[in-house]
Amino acid sequence: MYRYDHFDQAIVDARVAEFKDQVGRRLRNEITEDEFKPLRLMNGLYLQLHAYMLRVAIPYGTLSGTQMRMLAHIARKYDRDYGHFTTRQNIQYNWIKLDQFSDLLDDLSKVEMHAFQTSGNCIRNISSDQFAGAAADEIADPRPYAELLRQWSTLHPEFSFLPRKFKIAVIASDTDRAAIQLHDIGLQLRRSDTGDLGFRVYVGGGMGRTPVVGKVLRDWIPVGQYLSYSEAILRVYNRYGRRDNIYKARIKILVNELGIAEFTRQVEAEWALLEPLGLDAPQAEYDRIIAQFADPAYDLSAPDTLDLSDPDFAVWVKQNVHPHKQPGYAIATISLKPRRGIPGDASSAQMDVIADLAERYAQDEIRVTHSQNLVLAHVKKADLYTVWQALAAADLATPNLDLVTDIIVCPGMDYCTLANARSIPISQKIAALFENDVAQQQDIGELKVKISGCINGCGHHHAGHIGILGVDKKGEEAYQLLLGGSGAEDTTLAKILGPGFDENGIVVAVEKLIARYRSIRSDPSERFLDTYRRVGADTFKEAVYG
Amino acid sequence: MTKILTGNRLETGDVLWWDGHDWSTRIADAVAIGDDGAPLLAEMIAAERINDPVLIDVTGTPGNWLPTTTRERVRASGPSVRADLARGSLSTEVI
Amino acid sequence: MDNQDQTAVANAPSPALDDAPARLRFRDDAPFDSPIAPLADFLGGGNFAAVRVEPGEDVRSLTPHLDRLKLVEIAFPKFRDGRGYSSARILREAGFTGEIRAAGDVLVDQIGFMRRVGFDSFAPAKPLNLKVVQATLDRHPYVYMKAADGKTPVWALRHG
Repeated sequence: MYRYDHFDQAIVDARVAEFKDQVGRRLRNEITEDEFKPLRLMNGLYLQLHAYMLRVAIPYGTLSGTQMRMLAHIARKYDRDYGHFTTRQNIQYNWIKLDQFSDLLDDLSKVEMHAFQTSGNCIRNISSDQFAGAAADEIADPRPYAELLRQWSTLHPEFSFLPRKFKIAVIASDTDRAAIQLHDIGLQLRRSDTGDLGFRVYVGGGMGRTPVVGKVLRDWIPVGQYLSYSEAILRVYNRYGRRDNIYKARIKILVNELGIAEFTRQVEAEWALLEPLGLDAPQAEYDRIIAQFADPAYDLSAPDTLDLSDPDFAVWVKQNVHPHKQPGYAIATISLKPRRGIPGDASSAQMDVIADLAERYAQDEIRVTHSQNLVLAHVKKADLYTVWQALAAADLATPNLDLVTDIIVCPGMDYCTLANARSIPISQKIAALFENDVAQQQDIGELKVKISGCINGCGHHHAGHIGILGVDKKGEEAYQLLLGGSGAEDTTLAKILGPGFDENGIVVAVEKLIARYRSIRSDPSERFLDTYRRVGADTFKEAVYG
Repeated sequence: MTKILTGNRLETGDVLWWDGHDWSTRIADAVAIGDDGAPLLAEMIAAERINDPVLIDVTGTPGNWLPTTTRERVRASGPSVRADLARGSLSTEVI
Repeated sequence: MDNQDQTAVANAPSPALDDAPARLRFRDDAPFDSPIAPLADFLGGGNFAAVRVEPGEDVRSLTPHLDRLKLVEIAFPKFRDGRGYSSARILREAGFTGEIRAAGDVLVDQIGFMRRVGFDSFAPAKPLNLKVVQATLDRHPYVYMKAADGKTPVWALRHG
């Protein structure tokens, strides 16, 4: 993974010093809260219901054991002993104090971490595929390109006061594990017939109040020019994105209003002016970064077999372990959706366990997924049992990846000032229906339930096979039910099924949906999503509403 | 409807309620705010020391306030899903 | 209610045209002291050497006229409205070497970014703390990307 050189460290240190100075001036009332707010947001610090919330950046979801240990330390020292992994591969702390923030930033920068641009109207964390570098179906590791984007977008002077936030995702396979068509810019690394590398560029995808599937802006841009091309996209957005209405300010609205043809024309015209200016990094810089993502030194004699005689281990392997491109190795997903737990949360003790395992058994690398789980991407099959036992002892071995209890849920009104309703209790009630019966969960099969506590959609409910949206109905918490979304390469947006429910009604509705699915699926291997796509909404509507 | 004044402390983000003289971390200490609400609020906003000061509706009696909205109850008690993190100001049971 | 970063900024009223010398200036030549025309008046054929561009106006309409301009003032009615950053950088990319001034709701913590995109003078609505300005400008030893200030990006320093 990428390691800072002295330039990277100096840039982080300067930015940290700058923000410390800004905090000092705010605490001395030398600047107003209105002036301070965008500065604080550009450093990842929100004011939430109970306290300040800090969102620490985990670039493209990759971190080392040392970094994970520091995240555990921060949870213990500055927070209340836990953190929450998010749908954009970052981590959030919920109980931060502004007057301790200086020390916290210093601690983060010691391990090459920071919280820049995890909030605010700027370019946010570049997300990527949690199986990058390990998946057999990727063209190449997408993360060097995410790292180049990270550097290009950090403290970009032209794009720090955009109309709204800006999110970019990068993958390198036809299978989309990062939902690139639901990002402001989505990049898919491809190889041409002549062996050159380039990107297909999607633009204008997103969820929230106006969900849109991204459109292809350009089918091919050579890797050597994607930075200047991104610059052109951002400039058109910065100049022409709407600034009159926060709900119409994302690039997806601009693309819709201009139409993709006109939007493309404007980007291409801008790029024609930008491309000759030498904005793109040279090949030497690409090579330098790519070298840091080289394959680990695989043990070529590692046995490619697995002893599945322990039935609990076998269940976990079947659900949470994916094939690795290298024989003898496997990709293990650590579920952060345990029985009666809070989805995406990990205690500091659990973080330490994961750090140890990563260092000992996974080439010192951990990935965060946008489903709020973690991944050890390079585990020897021979070590999997030992890893599983250690995970199980720490309540990290729930065998539910992509099953009905692997729910994606935003913090909701238990934490967030923007929320209209609580979301975590809903996920817990739904999970409680199934969490004691793994066989039943496996019978239901892949079912992605996603819950957001408000229209901002941080729970990605529009991309849920079953999506749930918390709303405010005359001062009471209420929930809308949506069906048929997908954030994979077959991206679709979930649609509202019918009238909403209260907090008990929504759980009953989900139960009815699943019962109906099981009774009409063509065979047990047909996923809920595929059954829905095959038969349509009517039978599900009838099941829920009668 | 009875109103009390709430906000978050700038330095720590702590949830606070106005007790007539100072800010308290306990909702039970809050005083009912009458007609002087608007000028008091304006004063707090101008002082820039308390974030997002706002008047909220409560039922109950002094020492036993219950906010009318779930959101304000959550602010007073802590996350409904982590009773162990409750601030002791209000029980998560009331959410 | 803390609306975080969710504040609409379009259509905010611009500060008055600032014909006084800028309060903060990073140029060696004499400050320009002459009427500043609104863009429409300038393009309408008036004989002006200074023009003002609002956030929603297209600074590229000035491209044919850069050689007769001494000053372009770019308005910032609301500091959150970042359109002016693109306007300044576009002017520099087009070869403009005259004064580019940021006027209006300009905060000290934006000066660094503004210098990078080509602003070399500032007429903020509220006076700036010059010590903080200096600290801001001195603070960042390296930059990751090229802009309009000629600073060498880190990737060039790495590879010579």
